[in-house]
Amino acid sequence: MVTVDSPTRAVVTSRPSRPSRRTPPDDIPLSGRERKAVRTARLLLWPALAVLLLVTQVPFVVTLVLSFQEWNLLKPGERGFVGFDNYVAVLAQGEFVSSLFSTVLIVGASAALSLLLGLGLALLLDRKFRLQGLARTLLITPFLMMPAASALIWKWSMLDANNGMVNWFLSLLGAGPVSWNTDLPVLTVIIIVTWQYTPFMMLILLAGLQSQSPEVLEAASVDGAGPVRTFISMTLPHLRQYVELAVLLGVILMLQVFDPIAIVTRGTGGTKTLPYLLYERAFIGLDIGEAAAYGVLSVIVTIVVATIALRLLFKIFKAEGVVR
Amino acid sequence: MTAVTALSRARVRKSSIRVLLTTVTWFVTLVFFFPVAWMVITAFKPESAAATNPPTIFTEYSLDNFAAVFGSGFGGYLINSFTASVVSTAIVVALAFPAAYALSIRPVKKPTDVLFFFISTKFLPLAAAVIPIYLVLQQLGLLDNVSALTILYIGMNLPLAVWMIRSFLMEVPREVIEAAQVDGANVRTEMIRVVLPIVAPGVAAAALICFIFAWNEYFLANILTSTLARTTPPALSGFQSGRGQFLAVLSAAATTAVLPVVIAGWVAQKRLVRGLAMGAIK
Repeated sequence: MVTVDSPTRAVVTSRPSRPSRRTPPDDIPLSGRERKAVRTARLLLWPALAVLLLVTQVPFVVTLVLSFQEWNLLKPGERGFVGFDNYVAVLAQGEFVSSLFSTVLIVGASAALSLLLGLGLALLLDRKFRLQGLARTLLITPFLMMPAASALIWKWSMLDANNGMVNWFLSLLGAGPVSWNTDLPVLTVIIIVTWQYTPFMMLILLAGLQSQSPEVLEAASVDGAGPVRTFISMTLPHLRQYVELAVLLGVILMLQVFDPIAIVTRGTGGTKTLPYLLYERAFIGLDIGEAAAYGVLSVIVTIVVATIALRLLFKIFKAEGVVR
Repeated sequence: MTAVTALSRARVRKSSIRVLLTTVTWFVTLVFFFPVAWMVITAFKPESAAATNPPTIFTEYSLDNFAAVFGSGFGGYLINSFTASVVSTAIVVALAFPAAYALSIRPVKKPTDVLFFFISTKFLPLAAAVIPIYLVLQQLGLLDNVSALTILYIGMNLPLAVWMIRSFLMEVPREVIEAAQVDGANVRTEMIRVVLPIVAPGVAAAALICFIFAWNEYFLANILTSTLARTTPPALSGFQSGRGQFLAVLSAAATTAVLPVVIAGWVAQKRLVRGLAMGAIK
């Protein structure tokens, strides 16, 4: 499966590591050579860290500062420190709470649906059949598609009320035309996001399925366990950590979903997720202070999710020997 | 006798289940792929046959829509996308490889803390950083500038690249590096001459993923560019039109825009899995 039983890693970890290979403990004085090695390592690491700090961390700090200011680009003269006014305004308007609800609903539903579909597809693909590689290739395509292109194709080609292919299929079944975009905006966004992320879930779960040892499965079948029994008592427990990983990474990516909302629904009908709300406030409303407050609040929401996620991730990575 | 027929009956049942499952697999696969296939088909249709109910299949297919797409200046957007994606990916790899090297082979204090700092920046919403970035770029007169977008893509993809390349470096046998050190190789030789060739396929996979994410990026490009530095994702929306039909030309533009990444992804699909799972899975 993962790093633990890879032969090279086994060699590396089973051998007592030499001092020069280990992170030097703080209390033991280092030899000249070791000190030089640490310095070189820092030198290799710093450029990447510096760029990352500059491009991602500094803007967050500035956002935090801006969130305590009154600053509307339409009224340039009235800039100043206002304490928590922006936060009070943001929370009092109630848009934040409804936006949080939209975000949770869309991300939750899309994550659950794409996980179930991804699991089903992974199980179907984890068998030998003709042109298996082609089926897999076709199935991963939605994830490779540019999200903006996907959103436009779904909006106009698939879900259009008059000429969309989905309504045409429904009419063959005798169901009336559905105005997806206007009547069911939340479902429309969920359909598009689910379509995009199902291949992602599928790929991770398929990797999990294919890492099961065939000997164990064979032994189970020799012992008289049927396919259902084998699946429940062997495959599912083995798959658990892959499911966790897939959900975790999927949710983190989905929390930032913006393209289908900006392109298809423009935040109407309960699809105003946090990123879209912030975009609207800052770049349509031009209210920098309030938008920054939304930014800080969405960072807090993400940190809550990410802390839980990171802890889980760390556990998974530790179990798999990725991090020592 | 009866035992034999029971056995063959069981075999027949088993093979019919297999046929059923394969049929289901192909059915679902084609349903999933249908929007992509339909986009490509529509791209070759005349505008009058593109958005009809019921759908038109038999019509005169041509390359006219692609000619219209490139006639409207789409080539410029593709070049901007290509520049931002290629340059940012090259710099990301140049920064990420030494960093990943330090985190896996060279001793660094608390490597996991540094690693988790890297990945935590990936978790924070871009939306929260975009306002100051917009204001600063505005002050510097760098809005609608490909270089500015490129720098942001470097920050966006760096964490993922570090994680991914590190996961490949962890597999390099220590003996190889130790042998190089005994031979008196310095860090640069050790890194570029000895280790890089071994992990080259992994580095290529990481580069491909960074390229895909940069090529497909919409949020920053939509906010920070307008005409000169417009990249393809936000430019696609411009093919929607309030008057008249546009689906065929839109489909042609979308097909052109997704083609490079879809083909690259198909070719490298086995390695993509590992990159997407940030090296937690092989």
